[in-house]
Amino acid sequence: MTSVLTPELTARWDEPDSFTLAAYRRAGGYRALPKALGMNPDQVIQLMKDSVLRGRGGAGFPTGVKWGFIPQGDGKPHYLVLNADESEPGACKDMPTMLASPQALVEGIIIACYAIRADKAFIYIRGEVLHVIRRVQHAIAEAHAAGYLGTDILGSGYDLDIVVHAGAGAYICGEETALLDSLEGYRGQPRLKPPFPAIAGLYACPTVVNNVESIASVPAIVAGGADWFAAIGTEKSKGYGIFSLSGHVTTPGQYEAPLGTTLRELLEAAGGIRAGHRLKFWTPGGSSTPLFTDEHLDVPLDYESVARAGSMLGTRSIQLFDETTCVVRVALRWIEFYQHESCGKCTPCREGSYWVVQLLDQLERGQGSESDLDKLLDICDNITGRAFCALGDSIQAPVGSSIKYFRDEYLEHLRQGGCPFDPAASTLFAMESAR
Amino acid sequence: MALSEQARSRLDPQAEQIIGRYPQSRSALLPLLHLVQAEQGYVSEEGIKYCAEQLSLSEAEVTAVVSFYTMYKRRPVGDYHVGVCTNALCAVMGGDAIFADLQRHLSIGNDETTADGKVSLEHLECNAACDYAPVMMVNWEFFDNMTPDSARDLVDDLRSGAQVTPTRGAARLCTWREASTILAGFPDGQAETGHTAGHATLAGLRIAKEHGWTPPPAEGDER
Repeated sequence: MTSVLTPELTARWDEPDSFTLAAYRRAGGYRALPKALGMNPDQVIQLMKDSVLRGRGGAGFPTGVKWGFIPQGDGKPHYLVLNADESEPGACKDMPTMLASPQALVEGIIIACYAIRADKAFIYIRGEVLHVIRRVQHAIAEAHAAGYLGTDILGSGYDLDIVVHAGAGAYICGEETALLDSLEGYRGQPRLKPPFPAIAGLYACPTVVNNVESIASVPAIVAGGADWFAAIGTEKSKGYGIFSLSGHVTTPGQYEAPLGTTLRELLEAAGGIRAGHRLKFWTPGGSSTPLFTDEHLDVPLDYESVARAGSMLGTRSIQLFDETTCVVRVALRWIEFYQHESCGKCTPCREGSYWVVQLLDQLERGQGSESDLDKLLDICDNITGRAFCALGDSIQAPVGSSIKYFRDEYLEHLRQGGCPFDPAASTLFAMESAR
Repeated sequence: MALSEQARSRLDPQAEQIIGRYPQSRSALLPLLHLVQAEQGYVSEEGIKYCAEQLSLSEAEVTAVVSFYTMYKRRPVGDYHVGVCTNALCAVMGGDAIFADLQRHLSIGNDETTADGKVSLEHLECNAACDYAPVMMVNWEFFDNMTPDSARDLVDDLRSGAQVTPTRGAARLCTWREASTILAGFPDGQAETGHTAGHATLAGLRIAKEHGWTPPPAEGDER
């Protein structure tokens, strides 16, 4: 029997004390670390390259390759920076990971730092998640007390310290170079690349910036072996990952499954769309990825297949909306978000997001004209690729795809002189009162 | 609001500890701002001056950073800062209705505080808990699957001083200033309390167990 779901990182989350060092050890934790410390750092990097783990923060760049970019013998300090700034609309996997298994993250950090020859790591956690921050602080303290951090870790002669750094409210700090600026004590504005962080990152030193899920996956890969991991998933999208289902689904939540699983399979496991309704549109990887519809239920959710179908796998943040939802309202809200979160550095993104919001706001209220749709697409075209980072590009995703699939719904707003939908019908409480 | 000598003597050792965490002192600016916010409840002119002095920066340099980040407040907020997510998915799932209802119920608008100083209200962008939509935060603790009724009860309890427990958070809800202390890097000892994983967090694991689904075993891995 094929397993649709493959809980590995999530396997022990139902144990009430899963966040503690004792529970993590009970489940086999900290067995990968001595194995890694017994290897040459380059062998650890090679193992990660062989596993073909691709970064779980959205871009999908191979983690081992990223580690391999760090120059060796350059005499400069090296840093690992954990991007724990999860804030892409729809993304909600890293926060439960840090609440339930922060030790997997800590063990992964130690192995990664050993491989890239770093003696200091930073975990940049968004500030708006108090208990997540407590749990990570606690995990580091426990690991220190047990000799997994500090000096001469497990008698290997290797030293490492981890600093937890709380952000202060800015989506853009999830962009790796904006995150580095923020960690250096500045406004979080993206840097022009190159140079990439591997050459000039934190304090202009070689730096690896990795996502929480990527690093939390490292201990299992080191323990299980590259071949084991690479045998899961598809040819080019190896392994498993957490798919986050939210919105109008019977059982929202975290579903760990091999890459290449389809939404149809995930929905079957999750009990389908909420009772009495049907799927209208969804994001495969968060609000920055173009919408899919019910035509795309069988697209394998791996990097290549999702791209071929016109979107991006991103952070596997699957937001599901049923037929009660107005797509114009949803697109407007996402662009209001990008407008709010644009750091202001690049003119096309800063100004363009305001223009798009104005047009969408009018359209949602049934004002404007059909030519506004072309104007929207034109503005998006003029933002995309014309800013330092991907935030500006993200504006096109919901706008372009919603017009592509639901052009007539925009026009219906104009015909009716207002939104044809009842917002109350989409709510959670409408679901509950219907039960 | 001026920082008293007493306040400074409390802050100085903590500031020194924060700065000591980083290879370059300027990295301490965000946690130092959380620290002065913990002391005064918001980032005052005096707070900015204090951070500037600690890091040998100008007040303008510090102010430029303060104004970039939404969690730094330039005027006092309530003891309990209540956020309602109105990003697309939470808005659709009921966040819009909850936020409109709370404004009416509390007779305050966005970014305003009740006259008793207990509760302030803000609409939030995505807080990374979409599987629990609609989501609210109180002093940055999760309150999941909210409705207009449960939201009204929540703010009433906060104002009356009744016991309030986050859905996924510490056993005891911190005040705004206590929360800022934790963000500055000084834990409150509550890490081991409260919930680890809610119903949605465990959905996939629960269903996998029902079906007997597991990852393929790894050779030689005893886990």
